[in-house]
Amino acid sequence: MTILSIDLRQVGVIAAKEFRDRIRNRWVLAVTLVFTVFAVVIAYFGAAQQGAVGFRSIEVTIASLVSLVIYLVPLIALILGFDAIVGERERGSLDLLLSMPITRVELLLGKFFGLSGALACSTVVGFGFAGLLLGSRLPLAAWYHYAGFIVSSVLLGMAFLSLAVTASVFATDRARASGGAIALWFFFVLVYDLLLLGALVASGGAAATDAFPYLLLLNPADVFRILNIFGLEEVRTLYGLTTVFPERLANAGLLGAVMVAWIALPLGLATWRFRQ
Amino acid sequence: MENDVIEVRAIARRYGDVHAVDGVDLTVQAGQVFGLIGHNGAGKSTLFKMMLGLVAPSAGEIRIGGEPVTGPGFRAVRRGLGYLPENVVFYDNLTGLETLAFFARLKGVDRAQCGPLLERVGLSAAADRRVKGYSKGMRQRLGFAQALLGNPKLLFLDEPTTGLDPEGIRDFYRILRERKDQGVTIMLTSHILSEIQERVDRLAIMKTGRIQALGTVQSLREAMSLPMWFELRLPEGSESSLRGSLAALDVGDIEVQGDRARVHCPRESKMAVLKVLSALKHCATDLQIREPSLEDVFLGYSG
Repeated sequence: MTILSIDLRQVGVIAAKEFRDRIRNRWVLAVTLVFTVFAVVIAYFGAAQQGAVGFRSIEVTIASLVSLVIYLVPLIALILGFDAIVGERERGSLDLLLSMPITRVELLLGKFFGLSGALACSTVVGFGFAGLLLGSRLPLAAWYHYAGFIVSSVLLGMAFLSLAVTASVFATDRARASGGAIALWFFFVLVYDLLLLGALVASGGAAATDAFPYLLLLNPADVFRILNIFGLEEVRTLYGLTTVFPERLANAGLLGAVMVAWIALPLGLATWRFRQ
Repeated sequence: MENDVIEVRAIARRYGDVHAVDGVDLTVQAGQVFGLIGHNGAGKSTLFKMMLGLVAPSAGEIRIGGEPVTGPGFRAVRRGLGYLPENVVFYDNLTGLETLAFFARLKGVDRAQCGPLLERVGLSAAADRRVKGYSKGMRQRLGFAQALLGNPKLLFLDEPTTGLDPEGIRDFYRILRERKDQGVTIMLTSHILSEIQERVDRLAIMKTGRIQALGTVQSLREAMSLPMWFELRLPEGSESSLRGSLAALDVGDIEVQGDRARVHCPRESKMAVLKVLSALKHCATDLQIREPSLEDVFLGYSG
């Protein structure tokens, strides 16, 4: 099947190989275990500081998990994707691949979707399994929130994977690509919020204008946080989100679309560059 | 010409100030074996990559099978094309058979071809072993099998015999011969000139990005008009009779050392000199005719 002169069959061949590689070298298994163990530990001991041990509510659990996922998933995605293209180039296998009846766009998309599949598989199975362990008696609404958390985690992973693949197209060697990936993680996960907060404090709150919520949308990690926290009544006020984020933007469909844009735009940039 | 499978017109590729390929013209006709020769850095691999559409030329045009390599129609051409890169690299975590199956899927070739192809290149015993444990020669054989997937009508082989042992080299040329007999057009590069000079129909010698010479081995030899020489074994003391007999002919240096003599002469007087030598009073006990090898031609042009 061909869409926009992209042969989906070729994309599938590359994606299948990437996915199978990650299954075979036990990457998927390892990351799945990490997610399961972290999720269970956080759910049981997350409230230990308040003197309580054991599973509390799904809302508090999701709030704790969001804090974990926001650090962990981008890091794992960046590590997974940074050498997608530059690795092939440096190893010397890129020329042979490109001599096949495959376009650069197809190769790039195949890599991206194969790696996305591996990451999504770990995320869904890892957190899904943890969910089953935690609350088989949970009400349907809790499952709805938890499913939303898993789906948004997958999207978050794909957004950072897209950034990683972009870094791997732009970098001239693997060392630079890994440096770029780490820099992206620092910027989006650690620095960006600090900068916003700093601007807010330095201006004595004057910067909290109408533009502020939109600035949050410029960071996929923040979009993920809002997507998960805003739906949870119990923790929404706790986070003080209601004060900075207007209700009209806190729409799961809209935030989901922003997340998809965060996946598509870097990938588009990578495609443009790779074709040069 | 209609029969030209490969058409390279005024092609150039610059990397900054370096002219990797600098105005190359050549054509290869269907069914020909064409050799590309030159030192490292002469521009052979860059030219190869441009012919495969892997590197965009800075100037000029290349058509393969009538299609411009940069055009959208080239994807169809790629399906009928086999490429063995210089220093072929595969994925260490796949077995030989899986590697071949992966490329077969990309090429849209029936997977059933993989087993027999591995057997053909002598790798069937290692088919289920991971490529990680393959020797250089085995990787090269696997690379060749990969290039042969789908019975391509056109083969691009960049230094195909690197890392192969003598048996491997012999097997390689046997397979190449079969393919040539089936009408496959073959383009190959090599450092081992003595190895390919018997096996190519035409060749080009490249130096610093330009083609220095183009033609058949014979036509290049003739164009060079390098002198040839005879090596003789003579009874001691027959030097003066040798010199006397050859005095009337157009010959070059005559070197004598003990019972051995070397007579240099231009190609045109070859038969005349041979006649005189065979009629020598003190018969030569042995005689060898030495022609400049392609290596000599090559060194003459680009050494």
